[in-house]
Amino acid sequence: MPAPIVLGTAVLPIRTAEDVVRVRQATRENAVAQGFNLVEQTKLVTAASELARNTIDHGEGGEVRIERLADLARKGLRLTFSDQGPGIEDIEQALKDGFSTGNGLGLGLSGARRLSNEFSLDSAPGQGTRVMIARWR
Amino acid sequence: MAPAQVLQHVLTKYAKELLPEWLQLQLSGDTVRSDLMREGELREQSREFLSLLAQAAVTGTENLSGTAWTTIKEFLAGISRSRALQGFSPTETAMFVFSLKEPLFTRLRAETPKDAEALASSLWQATVLLDKLGLYTAEVYQKNREEVISRQQRELLELSTPVVKLWENILALPLIGTLDSERTQIVMQSLLQKIVETGAAIAIIDITGVPTVDTLVAQHLLKTVAAARLMGADCIISGIRPQIAQTIVHLGVDLSEVTTKATLADAFLIALRRTQAQLPKALSG
Amino acid sequence: MDRIPILKLDDFLLVTIQVDMHDRLAMQLQDDLTARIVAARARGVLIDISTLEIVDSFIGRMISNIAGMARVLDAETVVVGMQPAVAITLVELGLSLEGVRTALNVDKGMALLRQRTYEESRI
Repeated sequence: MPAPIVLGTAVLPIRTAEDVVRVRQATRENAVAQGFNLVEQTKLVTAASELARNTIDHGEGGEVRIERLADLARKGLRLTFSDQGPGIEDIEQALKDGFSTGNGLGLGLSGARRLSNEFSLDSAPGQGTRVMIARWR
Repeated sequence: MAPAQVLQHVLTKYAKELLPEWLQLQLSGDTVRSDLMREGELREQSREFLSLLAQAAVTGTENLSGTAWTTIKEFLAGISRSRALQGFSPTETAMFVFSLKEPLFTRLRAETPKDAEALASSLWQATVLLDKLGLYTAEVYQKNREEVISRQQRELLELSTPVVKLWENILALPLIGTLDSERTQIVMQSLLQKIVETGAAIAIIDITGVPTVDTLVAQHLLKTVAAARLMGADCIISGIRPQIAQTIVHLGVDLSEVTTKATLADAFLIALRRTQAQLPKALSG
Repeated sequence: MDRIPILKLDDFLLVTIQVDMHDRLAMQLQDDLTARIVAARARGVLIDISTLEIVDSFIGRMISNIAGMARVLDAETVVVGMQPAVAITLVELGLSLEGVRTALNVDKGMALLRQRTYEESRI
């Protein structure tokens, strides 16, 4: 299957609480531009919010790359969060649903995955973290 | 001048002359639709197209997938969209591009009176180029039409499944016909929206008129019930026929958290009791 | 906005979350609420999220914390005005807001709180 075309890209830094707000706004604008309906937009922005907060709380700051995609028949939005932080030791544990108990990576990662059509996680101790989510319509 | 450059040369040098000639040809043709577009707007579109064409042609006209051709393609996509909205047919829209051939060929002939080979190759180049651009315009038009149609279908779906207010605080959503995933989602979202608008405490989703329910639809129903609860309202599902009940059990869908009733009337009574409404004498007997 | 304002409505406190919350603001709100519940001897807290287009796990945790803290002080928490798109997303996200009741708007939220107060007063 041929790779989708990237219609446009935006890269935003994620270091402060204000940056998280900007990431949400940018995700919303790009989702609207790609024609997602309100519920789809909400899922995208919520997932972006989770991952952006993770980038600060656990990744010591990083950035997000927002890409508007187009395929033969559909349009999509892809967000890739990356940081040079400590990395994740136990990926399986990190992806477990952790909503019932306090804090932790599980809340953001598993939640973002559930809200997206595509999800990938690449991380190792000392090698930072990259999380990709994408949604299509 | 090399044959390959004749076209570029003509487009750049004769832009001013080409415009009125092309415009007049368009206005006298039978695809002009002066009822849909004023002459001033047509002139502006034509002028812009010629300008962009000259710019892009300088880089070569063999391959239209390069970045030099992006701007003119976006321009044509925009024209296609706006003309579709204005009511032009796909042919009328594509003719905008094709109609440029005649004045352009006339100019090319005038520019190479003695050089048959240069004329032949530049005419060929021009016709291939305008064919590609004209077809591109028609393709974009087609895709836009599909988007408009599917949006209209969605809006029609929303209108065709109205939410009914049965009583103070009680809404009913009688679903009729086969439910597909997309329709179910739209209908459920509009139910939740109605709950907010009317402040209803209970929504009854009646599926008496639904012949079959598959896993996706069952999941959407359950998610809607969960969402309504999160918002502060409650749902009752009524009209589950024996066959559907079996399907649901076989699919492994868990309805234990949801109140279900065989008929809409039963569900209505439960809802009335829960909202502690004043029952009229006839019903409470 | 520096702090989230807290309004007193009869025996209850009303908090409207309108801005993007961050750690400092959330901590401030919890501190302020604790103090006000005690000072006003409030029996309930209403959290109005009707203008929130996004509720993520951070907000979810904040709401749970407020509810937990209020319960210790014998006040009940009701969240009101959740938007449909938010509710659908939370269901998908798996966030359940344990121990927090919800109502469609402030009026219904107050009715819910008053009912509990009434029931308890009859014991």
